[in-house]
Amino acid sequence: MQDVIEGRVWTLGEDVDTDGIIGGKYLTIIDPDELKKHVFEIALPAFAKGARAGDIIVAGGNFGCGSSREHAPQALRAIGVGAVVADSFARIFFRNSINLGLPTVEAAGVRAIFENGDPARIAMREGNVTNVRTGATVRFPPLPHHLLELLEVGGLVPKVRQELEARERGAPA
Amino acid sequence: MSTNNGHGATLAEKILARASGLEHVVPGQIVEGRVDLAMMHEQGAQTVGPFHEMGAKAVWDPERVVIAIDHWVPASSEGAAVLHRILRKFAAEQSLPHFYDVGNHGICHQILAENGWVVPGDLAVGTDSHTNMLGAMGAVAAGIGPTEMAAVLALGRLWLKVPPTIRVNVRGTMGPGVVAKDLVLRILGEIKTTGATYKSVEYGGSAISAMSMPERFTICNMTTEMGAKCGMVAPDQTTYEYLEKIAKHAMHPLQPDADARYERVVDVDVSRLEPMVACPYSPDNVRPLPEVAREHVKVDQAFLGSCTNARIEDLREGAALMRGHKVHAGVRFIVSPASTPIYQQALREGLIDLFTEAGAVFTNSSCSACFGGNMGIIAPDEVCASSSNRNFPGRMGPKEGRIYLMSPAAVVASAIKGEIADPREVPA
Repeated sequence: MQDVIEGRVWTLGEDVDTDGIIGGKYLTIIDPDELKKHVFEIALPAFAKGARAGDIIVAGGNFGCGSSREHAPQALRAIGVGAVVADSFARIFFRNSINLGLPTVEAAGVRAIFENGDPARIAMREGNVTNVRTGATVRFPPLPHHLLELLEVGGLVPKVRQELEARERGAPA
Repeated sequence: MSTNNGHGATLAEKILARASGLEHVVPGQIVEGRVDLAMMHEQGAQTVGPFHEMGAKAVWDPERVVIAIDHWVPASSEGAAVLHRILRKFAAEQSLPHFYDVGNHGICHQILAENGWVVPGDLAVGTDSHTNMLGAMGAVAAGIGPTEMAAVLALGRLWLKVPPTIRVNVRGTMGPGVVAKDLVLRILGEIKTTGATYKSVEYGGSAISAMSMPERFTICNMTTEMGAKCGMVAPDQTTYEYLEKIAKHAMHPLQPDADARYERVVDVDVSRLEPMVACPYSPDNVRPLPEVAREHVKVDQAFLGSCTNARIEDLREGAALMRGHKVHAGVRFIVSPASTPIYQQALREGLIDLFTEAGAVFTNSSCSACFGGNMGIIAPDEVCASSSNRNFPGRMGPKEGRIYLMSPAAVVASAIKGEIADPREVPA
């Protein structure tokens, strides 16, 4: 994770649920590169073809509500999405994203300052999101230390690997 | 009384303190909880990759892991067959004895409930969002993703932020034709889909105390739709009797303190509660069913199934109305029991005969039509009356499909009438 993340914004509305991100019919797909072809098929049909690496999602409240499917953040990560920013998140989506090393930022009021295609700048540690076109900024409480640490190492897989390796070496956990 | 800065603790706080080996915990605190039970369904196939990438060699405790396949049973596509294959291979490699495979299958949450895999005081996690259902045992039961599950299998623990608690006090006696599903829809209409995000919901009061375990399962199940981390009912005699012969491990019965601090208290009197329905496209878009019935909403499909409402009690409730009636011409009525033992019980009681002679299709136990990925898909301009838990756009396939959530009896009433109908008005 970089301390400052910049990218082009795709905007979404309120209550985008996991069916809107990846439909139930795609849940047997394991390959993230196959999965990414169907991302936002319901909520934002232009996205799968139009998105490029580094783009930023800016959504309204309760983003990612619904099922526990990790396919949703996996598909976004496979596309190379730089960060997901929303007024608020549903809890499992939030956890899944952080666990996959996908920067996820809860910033109340952020949706209102962006239009589709605007350039965004996120300062993860300072805790602010700026619309580079208009100069509008929204502040947010930075993630707790242990979550920033999780993003820093690239997610839960490298984090646990480090812990297990340390354990094997006999080092204190 | 235990003290948390001078006041008592909620049930979630008590359980998370126990799981993390601390005297007491406070909302917002991040703790490492030891897991008492880890459950995987098909999504667990995505746990296997990260588990190996983490360099993990062995599951922390094979006796505490349950695998239950339920979304595609039997496999309905090559993709689903591959997911099942990955899980079977992993279970064999890791010597995981508790695998509920095709033939011994059921919806994962029902498998956990009817086999006593979650008991009072437990911290349970599962790869499905409706894992919250098991909170009815007096436990913290939460849904997690498959990568997180890989860490749980490797370490036997996970980090959790102690949630603030919403207390829901329910009193009064429900009238005829009004059931637990109507109550939880009524509560959803008030708390809404984001009202409990990251929070615990603790249900109590005289009406909850009077409820059976299946009714409590229905209520805790739909706590998920409030955005909650967990929903629970403190254990009592009903819980202990349900678990008496089936509990798989030792109980740690905990109770909330009388002076626990709640973030919010919601009081509900069910005495005048009517049958309720959640209209498209959100589970919190709740209206009294009689009002919707007056609009003559035509139904193309009716579904009595899902982890929310497909226990034997739900099938009996539906069958009592179905008796002497036929499924309306042009309606496809799908009945899917929540587990194989429920299927067998329905067979013994003659319920399968009753439903199929009335014109319903009675399927084997699985998630069935609930999630729009296997069977019971609807066409874009169609309407489904369903006893399941979600009605977001695309939940049963196409984004335009319209799903109305209601009690099992209301589903049957709608199947009979061909439009959304009040179960109290079905002639005997």
